[in-house]
Amino acid sequence: MNFLESFRVSLRSIKSNKLRSFLTMLGIIIGVAAVISMVGIGQGATADVAEQINSLGSNLLIVTPGQAKQGRISLGAGSRDSLTLADADALSQNSSIAGVTPSVTSRAQLVWESNNYSTQLEGTSETFPQVRSTNLQQGRFFNHFEVKTQANVAVIGTEVVTNLFGEGANPIGQTIQVNQIPFEVIGVLESKGSSGMTNNDDRIIVPVTTAMSRFTGGNYVSTIYVSAASADMMDQAKFDAETTLRTQHNLKPAADNDFQINSQSDILSTAQSVSSVMTTLLSGIASISLIVGGIGIMNIMLVSVTERTREIGIRKAIGATRWDILRQFLIESVTLSLLGGAIGIVLGIGAAYLIGKVASMSISISMSPIVYSFLSSMAVGVIFGVYPARKAAQLKPIDALRYE
Amino acid sequence: MNPVIGIKNLKKIYRIGDQEIHALRGVNLDIGKGDFVAIMGPSGSGKSTMMNVIGCLDKPTSGEFFLDDVPIMEAHDDELALIRNQKIGFVFQSFNLLPRTTAVENVELPLLYAGVPAKERRERAIAALESVGLGNRLNNKPNELSGGQQQRVSIARALVNNPVILLADEPTGALDTKTSIEIMQIFQQLNQSGKTIVLVTHEPDIAEYAKRNIHFRDGQVVADEQVKERRWANVEEVKS
Repeated sequence: MNFLESFRVSLRSIKSNKLRSFLTMLGIIIGVAAVISMVGIGQGATADVAEQINSLGSNLLIVTPGQAKQGRISLGAGSRDSLTLADADALSQNSSIAGVTPSVTSRAQLVWESNNYSTQLEGTSETFPQVRSTNLQQGRFFNHFEVKTQANVAVIGTEVVTNLFGEGANPIGQTIQVNQIPFEVIGVLESKGSSGMTNNDDRIIVPVTTAMSRFTGGNYVSTIYVSAASADMMDQAKFDAETTLRTQHNLKPAADNDFQINSQSDILSTAQSVSSVMTTLLSGIASISLIVGGIGIMNIMLVSVTERTREIGIRKAIGATRWDILRQFLIESVTLSLLGGAIGIVLGIGAAYLIGKVASMSISISMSPIVYSFLSSMAVGVIFGVYPARKAAQLKPIDALRYE
Repeated sequence: MNPVIGIKNLKKIYRIGDQEIHALRGVNLDIGKGDFVAIMGPSGSGKSTMMNVIGCLDKPTSGEFFLDDVPIMEAHDDELALIRNQKIGFVFQSFNLLPRTTAVENVELPLLYAGVPAKERRERAIAALESVGLGNRLNNKPNELSGGQQQRVSIARALVNNPVILLADEPTGALDTKTSIEIMQIFQQLNQSGKTIVLVTHEPDIAEYAKRNIHFRDGQVVADEQVKERRWANVEEVKS
């Protein structure tokens, strides 16, 4: 008896017990669907994070203050006040550094006529468009002079335009109230779309000097963005930035840095490793239901062997070898698990897209989890099918024929 | 010429718990080609065990057993499967057809395990079914057939691989008198065309259709004689 015929015999027995076969497959279906959708969502999130970090700008170094300590208790990264506008100026003197832009952030309430809208306020310098790779859709960005003179000018995102002025309106030249201080709108940022948690289009950008004196107070900035002269210069730029800042802050050679410099790729790899751990964890949990599904298959196959003892006896009496019987039952369990796996893959892809739609998350379905699920459901079929199949194959024909 | 079945001092001992049951206590038996033997005896006499041993379904404990010159005592399980497939055709009291499987597929089964290609398999199965008069019931499933028809499918299945010996275990046990005679007629026709047949029965009148009767009692052959007044199965006679 060849493989194809064993397969036909198995298929017939699966078909003759449709409901039972379906219930048996359900474990595998759920397991595979869970793996596929979890991995799809996880990989989608990873891609999102990568895109978000890349959208910050190219060849970017991000300088943040170090940790403040109260006694021996760390208050967390960025909690220290250590970066100033002077630091930003000093950094821009390095030849390995193409541009520097400081940043302070705050929430702001915007009012125009009777509309009001709350958004993210960022104070920065005229180098922002170059360093953060952001273009303008309309109008202009503020210049060096306006930063120096603490001018009340603002560049707003498209979402702010829509919410404050209405879809497609031209806000250039209009005066809006930002926390009750009048600002002239001079430009609109090109839409970057929302990426993950932050919405690049939902913000207002003002000169950093204005922001510090009017909104955030104090002499310190929260972040300095540094763009290296080229991708090859990243390490050099990071080294130069560190040296410059240590000099600026009068740190003794033995003292620790009171700031942190992260490159875009550092953040990217951290974020990616976090989400890959999440993906592994989720699919690990999902794999458990694959094993549970396998136990279900084994259970049903054992019942099936008992039920069909007489059939096994007949087959043996007319010349089936142990291998013939073993193969028949093994193919049956593998067919069950593969069929379950295939249905699970289709359902999993569907579920992932559905979840993506409902929760507006990116979904990335790649080939590897599909191949992995297919192979593991096959493995489940073989592993959990061997014992019942062996039991069937080892029945003595005379005992099997006498079985009532 | 060597006999189809050659048995010398054959013993079969079952162990149930710590009890030993001597089902066969040294049986000597030769069955030649073309013979038609009925094995008889009360229940517990060892006739069924004898049948299972001849059919290579059960292995004897000791003795000698040659089937078509093959030493069965030395054969492994898979070799026995091959012998059952190639040399033996079984007919059971309860038919033992696969349920939910058509007549022609049931008959094809031994050929399937013999590795005969699909087309030839189908042709031979149809020919076998036609030879037992079921050419018009090829695609019926067992539950759509009468007892006699089921038994004829089972005979077709036994014959399809052209075995050296046909073994029938109480083939008429589940059938009425008229159908029994029809089945015996098929056996007699097969025997006349040269097939060796061994039949187990406890009905003396069924045994009279055979050429030779062997009586078992307590695991031994107590009588082995040619049938003096042989019956001939004639379906027409029964009808009238």
